[in-house]
Amino acid sequence: MSRISGVFALLRAQKRCALIPYITAGDPDPELTVPLMHALVDAGADIIELGVPFSDPMADGPIIQRAGERALAQGVGLRHVLQLVQTFRKNDKTTPVVLMGYANPIEALGIEAFASLASGAGVDGVITVDYPPEEAGQFIQAVKRVGIDPVFLLSPTTPSERCNLILKQASGFIYYVSLRGVTGASNFDIEDVKTQIGIIRSRTELPVGVGFGIRDPEAAAEVAVFADAVIIGSRLVAEVEAAGKDSVRRLAELLRKFRQAVDAVTRQV
Amino acid sequence: MQHYDLPDASGHFGIYGGIFVAETLMQALERLRSEYAFYRNDPEFMAELAFDLKHYVGRPSPIYPATRWSDHLGGARIYLKREDLNHTGAHKINNTVGQALLAKRLGKSRIIAETGAGQHGVASATVAARLGLECVVYMGAEDIKRQESNVYRMRLLGATVVPVTSGSRTLKDALNEAMRDWVANVDQTFYIIGTVAGPHPYPMMVRDFQAVIGKESKIQMQELVGRQPDVLIACVGGGSNAMGLFYPYIENESVRLVGVEAGGEGIDSGRHAASISAGRPGVLHGNRTYLMQDEEGQIIETHSISAGLDYPGVGPEHAWLHDIGRAEYVTVTDDEALAAFHALCQFEGIIPALESSHALAYAARLAPMMSRDKILLVNLSGRGDKDMATVAARSGIKL
Repeated sequence: MSRISGVFALLRAQKRCALIPYITAGDPDPELTVPLMHALVDAGADIIELGVPFSDPMADGPIIQRAGERALAQGVGLRHVLQLVQTFRKNDKTTPVVLMGYANPIEALGIEAFASLASGAGVDGVITVDYPPEEAGQFIQAVKRVGIDPVFLLSPTTPSERCNLILKQASGFIYYVSLRGVTGASNFDIEDVKTQIGIIRSRTELPVGVGFGIRDPEAAAEVAVFADAVIIGSRLVAEVEAAGKDSVRRLAELLRKFRQAVDAVTRQV
Repeated sequence: MQHYDLPDASGHFGIYGGIFVAETLMQALERLRSEYAFYRNDPEFMAELAFDLKHYVGRPSPIYPATRWSDHLGGARIYLKREDLNHTGAHKINNTVGQALLAKRLGKSRIIAETGAGQHGVASATVAARLGLECVVYMGAEDIKRQESNVYRMRLLGATVVPVTSGSRTLKDALNEAMRDWVANVDQTFYIIGTVAGPHPYPMMVRDFQAVIGKESKIQMQELVGRQPDVLIACVGGGSNAMGLFYPYIENESVRLVGVEAGGEGIDSGRHAASISAGRPGVLHGNRTYLMQDEEGQIIETHSISAGLDYPGVGPEHAWLHDIGRAEYVTVTDDEALAAFHALCQFEGIIPALESSHALAYAARLAPMMSRDKILLVNLSGRGDKDMATVAARSGIKL
């Protein structure tokens, strides 16, 4: 069982919802990435989602775009991100790390080389925003072979037949995009998300996480009632942007509020 | 060459092309694919398109023998396909007219577009005005500075021009921003991509709409000189004018196809936009193709004197034609393009776009090496009015 499945199995037994914070690797400073990851775990993160900086982040809103630009300005690319994960693993052997990024840096490194380096570094899952399953055959095989879960997105616009195709390829968990838009947008409708999650659940045993546009602990709590995981990205990255060198303390403080809100709800799962 | 019928059903030209986008857009692309598959064979749609091309765009565009310039250069005779004479002054409108008709049939109320030099933005704003559609054009802040007059034209036509300040602030970033808009407004919005790149079916669809250039050329060359040219030459940024000219000739292997990439300050300088000549395959903007990228797969900033060629990728079909050896890709520097720009002004009384000047510059290099009975057909893809400020500044003149 992968670290990701293990975490979800444990949380399911405890009837708790997973909390997955996202930060962009290398932001605000590559020296702070590993301390930030540990601080997030201390503050209640069950899984860490680590953004891989890319020059052309087509699916990201302005907050995560700027984080990527700050990281790239300091020379942080995919190889560096893998080194950061390896460093994190020295002191944390249990918290799953999921990379989120785009296809080109992976292809530039080489799909097989990426799979082997990522597995060696202790990566547990990979979300590649612009790799739909139709184009990702070789990639899916390569990462699965080394025990890494390819995590796929489902969106409000995914029709039911495609949904089945994606569920067949996915492992680890399903990432449900709560809105039509880029990361950090703010127009999601909780009732609509709830209905969609119900439909996805009827088709898969995989845990279902919800992300994009969850801006405050209250929204996280609403989602935690029915989802297996709540993913918080832009809100945290905005905090890093504002806090700069003080990010470690302030991010932990902020994530604790999300943790409390998520744990306080009565779940209907 | 055997029958050429690419892309395949999933949008691939060999290993190139495909669909590499966020999940939210997959359904919109599938719908576009199936609707376009229907309309490209629908007589009513094709008749409406033909009417618009004739009466609104002003097609067919003539082919003109550049006699005095050819005499001056010596060697092969140069003919120009005059896309600069189209309404709005470039080939871009062939495509926007087609996509706008499709947008209307798909019931979309809003169109978005990206633009580099502004020609595609103007062509999109133009068709939007005509059909009464809302139009938003994304343009790099850097390009807005170099192409002020086109920005004003778009505004006159009722479009909203949104400056893009992320990344390198040029065409690639405008494309990213247009994609983000599309993800957020996918239900009511039609994205008119301006070149033969992007996710399937765009490379095929834009090629089909631009293929009118090559189809007309075949007929016109036969009428004018009784045979087909020996070489076709066109500039390649994303590659839509080149693909439009080349496509109907692909199976006719006696015709050489030459795509001219922007060599900027020279390939060795690193300041250029020659993705096929100096790049590597990768994934960007929804398709796999040759890209200008660093070792880590980050897209690198490109440079060209012409904003329309200043793009780090290239249409996937060009990547494929390159790999199979059916088309050749060469580079021309900023300085060579400028020299050709001035030559055409001087010898033929035609002010070409800086983009098209790259194709002209290669013709000027090639013609003297070929005999007088050979024929070069150059796609004069746009007129140079938009480039007045850039060219003047190069000569130390402030307009």
